[in-house]
Amino acid sequence: MALFLLRRLLNYVVLVVVATSLAYMLAAGALDPRANYEGRNPPLPPAVIDARLDELNLNPDRPLFERYVTWAGDVLHGDFGKTVDGDSVNRDLGRRAGVTFRLIILGVVFGSLLGVAVGAYAAVKQYGWFDRITTTLAFVVLAVPVVVLANILILAGVSFNDAVVRVFEVSGEFTPGLDGDFLDQVTDRLKHLLLPTISLALPLIATFSRYQRNMMLDVLGADFVRTAMAKGLSRRAALTRHALRTALIPAATYFAFTFGSLLVGATITEKIFGWHGLGEQLIDSINRSDVNTVAAIACLTALSVLAASLMSDVLTAALDPRVRVA
Amino acid sequence: MSIADEEQAEQVARIRSTSRGRVVAGRFFRMRQGRLGFALLALMFVLAFAGPHLTHWTYTDQDFTAFLQPPSARHYWGTLQTGADVFAVTLRGMQKSLIVGLLVAVIATALAAVVGAFAGYFLGWTDRVLMWAVDLLLVLPGFLILAIMSPLFAGGAWLLFVIMLALFLWMITAKVVRGMTVSLKEREFVSAARFMGVPAPTIIFRHIIPNLSSLLIVDATLNVSAAILTETTLSYFGFGIQPPDVSLGSLIADGSKTAVFAPWTFWFAAGLLMVTVLAVNLIGDSLRDAYDPTAARAS
Repeated sequence: MALFLLRRLLNYVVLVVVATSLAYMLAAGALDPRANYEGRNPPLPPAVIDARLDELNLNPDRPLFERYVTWAGDVLHGDFGKTVDGDSVNRDLGRRAGVTFRLIILGVVFGSLLGVAVGAYAAVKQYGWFDRITTTLAFVVLAVPVVVLANILILAGVSFNDAVVRVFEVSGEFTPGLDGDFLDQVTDRLKHLLLPTISLALPLIATFSRYQRNMMLDVLGADFVRTAMAKGLSRRAALTRHALRTALIPAATYFAFTFGSLLVGATITEKIFGWHGLGEQLIDSINRSDVNTVAAIACLTALSVLAASLMSDVLTAALDPRVRVA
Repeated sequence: MSIADEEQAEQVARIRSTSRGRVVAGRFFRMRQGRLGFALLALMFVLAFAGPHLTHWTYTDQDFTAFLQPPSARHYWGTLQTGADVFAVTLRGMQKSLIVGLLVAVIATALAAVVGAFAGYFLGWTDRVLMWAVDLLLVLPGFLILAIMSPLFAGGAWLLFVIMLALFLWMITAKVVRGMTVSLKEREFVSAARFMGVPAPTIIFRHIIPNLSSLLIVDATLNVSAAILTETTLSYFGFGIQPPDVSLGSLIADGSKTAVFAPWTFWFAAGLLMVTVLAVNLIGDSLRDAYDPTAARAS
């Protein structure tokens, strides 16, 4: 068992190294950081630009392999290099990771919990009015791309602000330069969080409720649920403790991967709502040909996918006793 | 001789498979959501490809006498800030999104079927190498790679975009196909073909993949909506279909800036996109139920 885990971990490490290297090569080969310095007013002399690019290890005139070796050497020491502005990529992304985390945590928790609850209840009352309404709503929500959903939310929020009272803030994480005590600060942050959280949670609720409903229906007719009720458990206890717990296993796997991919994948929400997180930087770094940042984000994505798959193993083991015994 | 038997057996199978197709189609059209999805998607196709003939404006035209005008008899769905006709550009964007979605889905599912079936049939090193490639692609951030490569998609090279998009959508299905092939491989008809001396690739394409067709068809349908959504998102950020060509994503991106005071620039593109994805999802769900009546649980 230990050998199996070790081999699996080793395979993961190799995958992360290969994926990050590929992303670096592709970014370094396709992007042109020189464009950031050209066309400035007053124009910079080419020698200065070259020196600057050399310093940042971004000069496209040097062979790709040479740049890669320099970069990889630094990464081995835990340093992802510098952005085109000369800041440390590590520090920049570290700060942004905090922003992203604060953005997604509420959305993911609410989205998955509500989704599971809605799906499970819909399955118990199959073909009832609740089931019909949530199924229809889930289909509609799943057809709305996040880019559209986020923009619709902004439009709705703005018109609500104009018509009733200013509740929703549609841009940024907090109001810069806001004076006030702790309570004011918290309210301000919550106002900024409302819409992005809804835009993250709604699609999650829709997906999770579909999954959970199907899983729940599969176990509802199972022998062990009938046995639980036959030995005297109330219907409610049998449903929550036996049926729901079993039906949660696939949802847990899905939850782990959602969380892993959202760490970087809240791109759309961040970009549209103006949160300065990892996802926003993903778009900006490509637009600014910031090779080192692109590679670092690729590495983070790969790591979070693998962390997610580890997390799904742990969650499965927690819910399924058979896995722990084996 | 053995090959001839094989051909004959295949013909027999073909007769049965048409009847199965008819059964599935019958079940599909008996479901309300199947009919609804099919009708909506057909409507979208007719609108996207016949609609442009209803107006003399094309998607590159600009009306310098009408900037950001609301819908009227002259411009059915109003105009953009550039004076472009919203009806013409939206339908052009729909055409692109529909074509991209269909092509990507077909390519991705075909790739998944072939890779998964080869890995599952041969096992051993073939399996290890192919599945390692699948794992690598799963770990690689597809959005980032596509965005980096976006300058290559300019100048009408959108087919390259289609291929790259497909390359990041097939991995999970390939894993499922592999698992099903491993068990399918032990079945009598595969053993029979093998003992008759049929070469392995022929067995895969003639026996394995057709037996997975229900899974593959459903998967391809759901891939259409996944592909349209990814394409829209990439185009929204300027990484997908490149100007002067338009897609629903780039239209929504532009429209969202003017949506507050000129709703027609946003809602037509956004609405058509939602209806298209909804129709495809309804079809995919109904097809799954039609192929597998025991799983017919969606209302």
